[in-house]
This record gives sequence, C-alpha cells and structure tokens, in this order.
Amino acid sequence: MNNRQKQTLVRILVSAVLLAVLHFLPLDGVWGGWLKPALYLIPYIIVGYDILRKAWKGIVNRQPLDECLLMAVATVGAFVLGILKTGDYVEAVAVMVFYQTGELFQSVAVGKSRRSISDLMDIRPDTANLVSEDGTAEEVSPEDVPVGSVIQVDPGEKVPLDGVILSGNSTLNTAALTGESQPFDVGEGDRVLSGSVNLTGVLRVRTTCEADESTASRILELVENASSRKSRSEAFISRFARIYTPAVVIAAAAMGVLAPLFLLLIGRDPMWMEWLMRALTFLVISCPCALVISIPLTFFAAIGRASANGILVKGSNYLEMLADAGIVAFDKTGTVTEGAFEVVGVHHASIDEDELRMIAALAESHSSHPISQSLRRAVPGDLDAARVTDVTEHAGEGVTAVVDGIPVAVGNGRLMDRLGIEYKACHEVGTVVHVARDGSFVGHILIADRVKPTSREAVDGMRAAGVHRAVMLTGDRPEAAKVIADQLGITEVKAGLLPADKVSAVEQLLAEKRGNETVAFVGDGLNDAPVLMRADVGIAMGALGSDAAIEAADVVLMDDNPAKIPKAISLARRCMRIVRENIVLAIGVKLICLILSALGLGSMWLAIFADVGVMVLAVLNAIRV
Amino acid sequence: MKKTYKIDVDCANCANKMEEAANRTEGVSEAVVNFMTLKMSVSFAEGADPKEVMSRVLANCKKVESDCEIFL
Repeated sequence: MNNRQKQTLVRILVSAVLLAVLHFLPLDGVWGGWLKPALYLIPYIIVGYDILRKAWKGIVNRQPLDECLLMAVATVGAFVLGILKTGDYVEAVAVMVFYQTGELFQSVAVGKSRRSISDLMDIRPDTANLVSEDGTAEEVSPEDVPVGSVIQVDPGEKVPLDGVILSGNSTLNTAALTGESQPFDVGEGDRVLSGSVNLTGVLRVRTTCEADESTASRILELVENASSRKSRSEAFISRFARIYTPAVVIAAAAMGVLAPLFLLLIGRDPMWMEWLMRALTFLVISCPCALVISIPLTFFAAIGRASANGILVKGSNYLEMLADAGIVAFDKTGTVTEGAFEVVGVHHASIDEDELRMIAALAESHSSHPISQSLRRAVPGDLDAARVTDVTEHAGEGVTAVVDGIPVAVGNGRLMDRLGIEYKACHEVGTVVHVARDGSFVGHILIADRVKPTSREAVDGMRAAGVHRAVMLTGDRPEAAKVIADQLGITEVKAGLLPADKVSAVEQLLAEKRGNETVAFVGDGLNDAPVLMRADVGIAMGALGSDAAIEAADVVLMDDNPAKIPKAISLARRCMRIVRENIVLAIGVKLICLILSALGLGSMWLAIFADVGVMVLAVLNAIRV
Repeated sequence: MKKTYKIDVDCANCANKMEEAANRTEGVSEAVVNFMTLKMSVSFAEGADPKEVMSRVLANCKKVESDCEIFL
C-alpha cells in the first residue's frame, strides 16, 4: 500500500469507529435535534472530504457525471432526508465509508496486479559495474555506460547491457528472455545479451550498445507498448461506454423527474425524494469502470505471462487474432527443422563406419563448403591435416585426395561416374556423399536437415488447441519436404516455393479461411519478412537479437522451440475466454442491479457493490490468465 | 515526434477521460494512455513545441480528472 492508500485506510477506520460510538449515544432530541446531525457530520467529513472536494471541482470544470459528484449528491441527499424526515444519519456516513473501502480495495488490487505483472517482466537491472582503466569496478546506472566500455558481471547478477565477453567463463540462464530455463556455458568471445542471469563465474564484458538499445530494454518497450495496440474487444468496450453512459443518464433523469410527475398526474403521492434517491442509485451503479479496467488488464496480464514464457506479443489485437487461429502455415527449414545439415547416416559401408566418416572429413578438410563442415562435425576431435595430401577440388562434384597414402574420392554420383567407380544410390532424401578408396566404393554418407525434437509435439499441440489446417510452405524440393511432413504428421505441403510464392500461398489460405478464423504464419524471421507481414498473425522464431524479425513479426518467439506456438495459441484463447467472462460479468451484473434499482428494490449498498464489487471481481478474474 | 510521459491516475475510466482530453488538445496528433503501465505517449503535430503543448494537455486533463498527474 502506498501512503495515500494507508491514509485512506486510517480515515475509513476512524470514521467507522466514530459511527459505531455515535450509534450507541442517546442523542435524539438534544439541542432541538441538531446535535445528532452535527456529530454525524464529523465521521462523514473525515471519510468523505476528498470526494466532496472532487465533486466540487467536477462542477467547476463542468464534468457533470463525475463519480464523486454522484456519491456526494447521494450522501448529502441522505443527510438532508435525515434532517427533514427520518432522523437517521447512519446511512449517509456508512455509504460513504463503504464506497471508500471499495475504492481502496480496488486501487490496492489494481496496483498489486500491475506490480505482479511487472515483476514477470523484471529483466532489466538498474545498475552496471563499470570497470575503469585501473581495473576497479564502480556501480553506475546502465544509462551512463558508453558503448565499448568494460563492465563486470558477478555471479548471481543480471547482465545489464549486451556485449562480448572479454574474459571469464560462466553459465548463463536466459530464462527471462527465452522462457527456457536450460542454462548454457559461455566463454571468451561469446556474445551475451542483457537480461540473462550470470550463474557461476565473474565475467568482464565489452558492451556493444547503449542502455535503451539493449535486448532487455527493447523487449520491455515492446511488451509495454503492446497494450497500447488495442484489440477489438477493447474498441468494443470504448464504443459501448460512449453509448452506455448517456443512455444511463437519460434513464436516470427520466426516473428522477418523469416518474414522480406521472404519479402526480394520476393523482398519487409523487414521492420526490424516493425517486431522486432511486435515480442517484441508478447513476452510481452505472459507472463503467469494471469494464474499462478489466479488459485491458486481462490483455496486459496475458502479454506479461507470455513474455515470461519467451513469447513476445506485440499487441492485444494480435493476442485476439492468435486466439482465432484456425490455419497455421509454417516454413520448414529452421522452423520445424534444425536448419543445420548434419550427418544422419552411413550406408553400405564396406569398411568401419567411423573410418569412413574420418576419410570423408579428412578429404574435405580444406573446403569451406557447408557439406564439408557437416562432415567435419561428424567426427570427434581435431583433424590431423598432415594425413591429407594432393587435394584436388572438382567443382560441383567433390574432391579427390590422398589420405594416409591411399588415394580416395569423396563426392556425388557425378564424380563417381566420371572416375568410373560403381556405387550404390541412396533411397533416402538428403545430400549423399559417396566415398571411394583405392578406386572402389566403400559406402556413402547421408547428410540431411533434422526435425527439431519438439516439432511433432508442436503440430499435435496446435491441433489440440483448435488449429484445423497445418500447412508447410517451403522452398525445398518436394521429396525433402514430404519426408519432414510425414514425420510431423502434416498432409498439406507446398514445396519449391520462392519467397514471393509463399506470399501468394498465404494469400490463398487467407481466401480459404472460414468465418472469423485467422491465418498464422510461422517463420524463422530472416527471409520470411513479407510473408510474416501478409499473414493475419506473423510469428517469428528464434528471434533473440534479430532486429529484422522483431520488426516484421506480430508475435516473436525468443528461442527456436516450435512447442511455443501451441502454448501461445492456448494462452491467447484463455485470455479471450476471461475477456468474454468479464464482459458478461460486468455488463450482466450491472444490468441486473440497474433493473432492481429502477424497480425500487435497490439501495445505495447494492449500487456500491455493483460499482466497486464487480470491478474487484473482474480484476481478480483478469489476473488469473 | 513522439514522447512518452509517466502519469498517475486512480481509475481506468479516468485514464480514458485523460486520453480523450489529451486528444482534444491542440498540437497533439495522437495520444494514447496506458493505464496498466501508467504511461501516456503523445505524438505531436508538425511544428508543435512539446513543452508548451504538454502544459495545455495537463491543464485539460486536470479539468476532466482533478486528481491526475502527468510527470513532465
């Protein structure tokens, strides 16, 4: 609680106690009946003076429908009624006490949820240890660290700025950025991103950017701005409030004036005071606060929750569209597959498989071709370059060389054909590297892209979350795409697409969608920017540190785990369900209370519940996301 | 030009009122109030002086919601 809230609490308690004491004092008739209202005025002023002041200011500034003004009129009205007729002043004071209690509760609840959501996004440290020339570290604000300075990050601290490690080894936890709690090792020369937590060793880091351009700041800015892009539900609420408020005011005026006039005309007691109180109650109930706060709060909570899971949603509107995702199209390479070509098998080997791999790696060791690098990665340890001599590269075919004094040929079918070596073709999809030693075929190595371990789970998860069409769009050959699609259980594949073809494929999906559903596209964010923009929701993957992807996409997955896609969709769905619940709750309860009060069954108590109670319920519901 | 200011306001409806008031102010091309982060981001019209415009925005906001504050 902040100071203002504490102060309000004290005022509420003091006047509640005073009220109880006054209730038991025999005051009726003392001083011609004037002592009682005078004494009751004390707790009333204590608890309600700010409301009265604000009400007055509202009149001065011509803001006639200020909530405070309504409360002031209602309670002053009750006081006057007490003096004129009933001699009961408890209601006026109690209503004010109750109202203030509700307001206090609401303000604490909102503040609390705001803080708990902000805690989820607490990734930016407030200090950095700037290392000066003489090697001593000084604590400064990250804003005061120039680009290219050296900072020290101790174990347990968050990295304040992006940079490159100068010295030290450690383990970093990037859970706050990616939602993935698997720590990983870093050493000299590695990049570190702000927001990651240094777990084990002391690191000296040369910074590569300023504080507001660091990864942590950019993520925070993105998430904070996200709730400014309003969703359809929020737009609906604003429109609703615009019609609703005048409608309620007209209804209240009709009740306060027309109803007693009508009674007067038909010759009955007009009950002016009674109808005036009803109209006031009606107005207090009508405050649209529960609606206008709980909807944005729900979106805000969902966006916060998502970012804690490494999913950045760039606007409430995207959350809404994601919840309606019925068709998900995705890229293959780098999205559902690792995007790195690895040795996946050795076939028809007539010599030891490890030896075969070693021969291939040695022969290709001088080449920088991606295939050569995959071959090199497939053997353990460093290669002994002295074992290889007489390397000849044959462009588009492979290499011939002498390994350990024996001539070898490593390359594709064309190379084998040209050298007149008989080889066995491969029936699997991928790049095949044939190996021949001493003029005869000794086996081949298959290099292919691998499906990520979580891809299958991701596709199944999307189906479970209500996606009825999963389509793979890829620039790769149809056979290669088919193999991956089969592993993932996807039947719709469009292969051999150029980037422009992907756009038209997504456009076709957009044309085929049913009803309100949306089309999402998932890509690696590097070369899919046009498609990301064209789809209803563009989801970029593995975007940590990639500005272009963050720019183009609507939803950004900080790491490259496809299992985040169904997670994002179900989070969006849950958020939308709570939004709908809150709309129904807020409008429904209000409507019932409005009708009750119009029929004269309501009271000021009910009105305050409808105003503040509903709001608190809606807020509590919102932070369930 | 776009600038973001920290604000203080009690209720969501009041924040909406502030947003409307800010948008009505001359020199503001668009103002968005974010009640959750308690921030107001204002895009200024061409050639407007943010300082001078913001003092009018604050005055207008005070008119609709006397308890609000914009930290300029």
